[in-house]
Amino acid sequence: MCTMIVQQVTIAGSGKGREGWFAVKQANVSYDHPFHAPFEHALNIDFVDEAQGPGARVAVELSAEAARSLVQTIQAVLGEAEAGGHI
Amino acid sequence: MYETNMYEGMLAETVTMTGTNGDIINAYYARPLGPGPFPGMVVIHHMPGWDEWYREATRKFAHHGYAAISPNLYYRAGHGTPEDVAATVRAAGGVADAQAVGDIAGALHFLKAQPILNGKVGVWGTCSGGRHAYLAACRAPGFDAVVDCWGGRVVMAESDLNDKYPVAPLDYTKDLSCPVLGIFGADDHSPTPEQVAQHEAELKKHGKVYEFHMYDGAGHGFFYYDRPAYRQQQAVDGWQKIWAFLEKHLV
Repeated sequence: MCTMIVQQVTIAGSGKGREGWFAVKQANVSYDHPFHAPFEHALNIDFVDEAQGPGARVAVELSAEAARSLVQTIQAVLGEAEAGGHI
Repeated sequence: MYETNMYEGMLAETVTMTGTNGDIINAYYARPLGPGPFPGMVVIHHMPGWDEWYREATRKFAHHGYAAISPNLYYRAGHGTPEDVAATVRAAGGVADAQAVGDIAGALHFLKAQPILNGKVGVWGTCSGGRHAYLAACRAPGFDAVVDCWGGRVVMAESDLNDKYPVAPLDYTKDLSCPVLGIFGADDHSPTPEQVAQHEAELKKHGKVYEFHMYDGAGHGFFYYDRPAYRQQQAVDGWQKIWAFLEKHLV
């Protein structure tokens, strides 16, 4: 926990974890040490359902550059869907 | 020093111990076989959790002749893989300093009660564990040596203090009751070399016994052979510094 930079956001959707799909209720977004990505710090997102315990987690660990690119892409896709009347 | 004609054996297992507020938590305890007496080490896991690397490190201390215990500081976050549990703790903003110090003091008392102990106990950790080790050596009486490996956030800005972290460990330096060995990487971002210098100045100011080593070409976590941060030469030398320091103060 060397940066302690973390925020939580309530979300709705599904994630596929070790034991299959489950409803994700919260996303925990941190910029701290990753477990696997080969960086000192990474933008970590854990999609979780805390009520189901620590194992109900879908994790990604991204470089800061990749995370910014992902944010832009998500915004672009949502914008396109909105423009097309899908949202 | 081990020689090839010596008997060697070890028992390593999960045990339970009493932590903060009398809570029962689990811990990994590794000790050399034989009557002793052995010095003790409390081994404080890093931010990625109570994981395989820390089990190996605990056994490494036992291999070097220490009765070593590694308390699971994330016990209260529930159970799962070490990564999943550590992610839960990360999301919660870490464990409170008072809780960590209480658990580490519990591990100290566990060791002090063992008949094989020589009466002396050190505390060691890396990353957040280095910070916790230093904090415990300042706050929990009874340690005879502390080793802080690249513990970040010993120096903290006023804005980073909160209910979980009410006081920067640096500000407890006056209460440090044992010698401290610090192992750091010059390329680390937490702690930075400037923060390490600030820490050293505080130790000097209070007349504490300390030994700091700053390794060029190394960043954060350079002992971790399973991470890109591993630096072989610096890690080997760092471990040698640890064994020499502990032998001087605990054996």
